[in-house]
Amino acid sequence: MSLSSLHLPQAAAAAGHLLAAAPSPEGPAPTTHAVIFWLFTVIAVAGALGMVLARRAVHCAMMLATVMFSLAVLYLMQGAPFLAFAQVIVYTGAVLMLFLFVLMLISVSSAESLAETLKGQRVAALVAGLGMVILLALAIGHAAIGQAKPMTSIGGTGNVTGLAALIFTRYVFPFEVTSALLITAALGAMVLAHRERTRPKPTQRELSRRRIASGHPTPLPPPGVYALHDAVDMPALLPDGTPCELSVSPAIARREPGPATPAIAAPGETPAPREDGPGGDARPLVPAAGQESAEPAAPATQGGTQQ
Amino acid sequence: MSPEYYVILSVLLFGIGGVGVLVRRNAIIVFMCIELMLNAANLAFVAFARMHGNLDGQVIAFFVMVVAAAEVVVGLAILMAIFRTRRSTSVDDANLLKN
Repeated sequence: MSLSSLHLPQAAAAAGHLLAAAPSPEGPAPTTHAVIFWLFTVIAVAGALGMVLARRAVHCAMMLATVMFSLAVLYLMQGAPFLAFAQVIVYTGAVLMLFLFVLMLISVSSAESLAETLKGQRVAALVAGLGMVILLALAIGHAAIGQAKPMTSIGGTGNVTGLAALIFTRYVFPFEVTSALLITAALGAMVLAHRERTRPKPTQRELSRRRIASGHPTPLPPPGVYALHDAVDMPALLPDGTPCELSVSPAIARREPGPATPAIAAPGETPAPREDGPGGDARPLVPAAGQESAEPAAPATQGGTQQ
Repeated sequence: MSPEYYVILSVLLFGIGGVGVLVRRNAIIVFMCIELMLNAANLAFVAFARMHGNLDGQVIAFFVMVVAAAEVVVGLAILMAIFRTRRSTSVDDANLLKN
């Protein structure tokens, strides 16, 4: 029952047992069961806490994946292999991927602000959560939770067969209703995510006129790739040696919490902080590879670097 | 292992998820915490199915999974619609009904 009884052969035997997917009449040995239970309980609780505490939403999603995987293992230990696989496929496979898709679409870079808008909300939430856990625990302590029935009672003719027999006889009406629910949800998502075009589609003539009127008719300069920093988040250097902010994709630049443009040292120059402003032109700077990429940027930077 | 341990674990996860819903303000993370709570309920269902020795609890857990998938789809679509108009997913910013 304790973690000290974690022996590799037992775990290996348990893994073999799980992989075989043929539940023995009694299920895994009690010690093995306890070891796996405590192991995955710790993982699940740690993952859940990490999900609540992590600042970035992507980290939260990864933590949630951890929790769901360990819950799938716990399902497997309880004689529910169908649910365990459905958990992995539906939750970690589909639902979590949906979360990640939406995260990437809308707010991968926005870190949550930590300022409290409601005073004392965090403390109140903690107290409320703790109170709920205590209440539920008390209720469970008073409830008579019996011992587990032998595994044969749920896995007699096979878990999947038994589930199918139940779903398509006693629960056939709820099952049909869930299909209606899924169709409704899919339609609703399509309606909600659909964007009606409120203005006519711009023609090619309008697009080109707009581009000329915008002040920089050429494409934006590509980011510089240098001998020292082989990365797309390095801004290209203009002919006068100033970094061109426009050359870095805003999605990359925003993710950097520090200054968007680190001090770029040309070969043979110390990376000293720049004294002159962005309009300084007295730098004998010859970037090795950035020259071509910096060239089309000249009309694009009226604000900073025009002399 | 007695099913009691599983039920206690599910209570713990449910509580953590509830605190997450109350504390976090990014709507996507709030959704994830709700998923965690649904998963905790599923774990309790499976534990009770084991205790009673029949499969009804597992069928209910299966239905919970289906409903959770539907809920996530619609919720994320609503989030995207809100983000499109307000450029934010913070639940503090969606206060049109406040005044």
